[in-house]
Amino acid sequence: MSDKRPSLSRRDALKCMAYGGAGTLFALSGGVFTPIDLALARTYDAAKEADKLPGRPLFVQISDTHIGFNKEANPDVNGTLTQTIDIVNGMSEQPALIIHTGDITHLSRPAEFDLAQQLLSRLRTTELHTVPGEHDTTDATVTEYFDRFGSASGNKGYYSFDHAGVHFIALVNVLQFKPGGLGTLGDEQLAWVSADLKARSASTPIVVFAHMPLWTIYEPWGWGTGDADQLLAQLRRFGSVTVLNGHIHQIVQKVEGHVTFHTARSTAYPQPIAGQGAGPGPLKVGADLLPKMLGVTSVTVVGHAHSMTLNDTALA
Amino acid sequence: MKSRHSWTETVLMLLAALGCAATMDPARAWAMEEPRVVIKDFMYMPMSLTVKSGTTVTWVNMDDEPHNVISDSGLFRSGGFDTNETFSYKFGKPGTYHITCSIHPRMVATIVVE
Repeated sequence: MSDKRPSLSRRDALKCMAYGGAGTLFALSGGVFTPIDLALARTYDAAKEADKLPGRPLFVQISDTHIGFNKEANPDVNGTLTQTIDIVNGMSEQPALIIHTGDITHLSRPAEFDLAQQLLSRLRTTELHTVPGEHDTTDATVTEYFDRFGSASGNKGYYSFDHAGVHFIALVNVLQFKPGGLGTLGDEQLAWVSADLKARSASTPIVVFAHMPLWTIYEPWGWGTGDADQLLAQLRRFGSVTVLNGHIHQIVQKVEGHVTFHTARSTAYPQPIAGQGAGPGPLKVGADLLPKMLGVTSVTVVGHAHSMTLNDTALA
Repeated sequence: MKSRHSWTETVLMLLAALGCAATMDPARAWAMEEPRVVIKDFMYMPMSLTVKSGTTVTWVNMDDEPHNVISDSGLFRSGGFDTNETFSYKFGKPGTYHITCSIHPRMVATIVVE
């Protein structure tokens, strides 16, 4: 409803703050997004910082763990995922569920998936929902991901579920790639979304998650989804929509009406800002800077589920 | 018909021709044996390659990021391969094959099999 929208000036102020770096606020229609920096640095207790936030933790988003990556940009991705898990496990109130927005592995290899699952099994929160990234589906038969995570969706990859009054929709935009183009949802999946949303009241808070951004951030690097407009057309009638993605290994966010878009950091390595350098490969930064560029996103609920607070937590 | 050159002279001339080709156009020299496509800076190089039917083409990844090679027609699909790893495919039927990296779909190239 229009009277519940944040005023333009407030929203703009929050948007400006979003680019200020650590500890920034994001506006969410009917609620507030509050990215904070959690840290592994000894002087900074990340879990305590997270606990200062009002509300109860609803879920944590982990993204782009790239287990199997071993290059200079981060020779120890197992270590940084472990640090991330320690931060989540250190929160005094545990989130009800964990969302992994893809690129679980680097090369879709069985040993990488096995190790990733072994590391993720240390999470105190055991309910894990995943979507595949393009790095999870590079095996010649595209079966390694689905053998492990396909049961939630009958091997389609996309599915929905409800938790605490929030409707979650997990989507796949990395399989029907178009040469030279962006990610694709495809007609079949879009029709499924339409059927999934049809009977739902506009007051139901919606969280949509997929690996690649569901809005175009930078087309030359494929940072977007070609047919996302058809998805958004179906989401606009809802009063609170949160769209969470990974893929670009850095935080980019925008608010459009009642829809908030947000990309998460990776736990493995950063990527360059759009258009800087030859392509979206691993960005090499100093050892002191690296943990500041890795992290997780947690979402807490204040009062009613319409008021979600989104917290970006860096490792340092 | 009697050759104007001795056998050794002919071989030497052929070798010289090969050497010349290698100097002037490395991709073409490779094409005489096993052609290689170098993947660097998110590009297949060369982006267009012509080979004879029955030729095995090898892609080598020189990036810090994994890539793969997928035929748009569904003829073949490599797994993801990492830095310094390779993928080879033997082309049989003549035709034009468009390939893409599914990890980075803007990477496209064409293999023409004669």
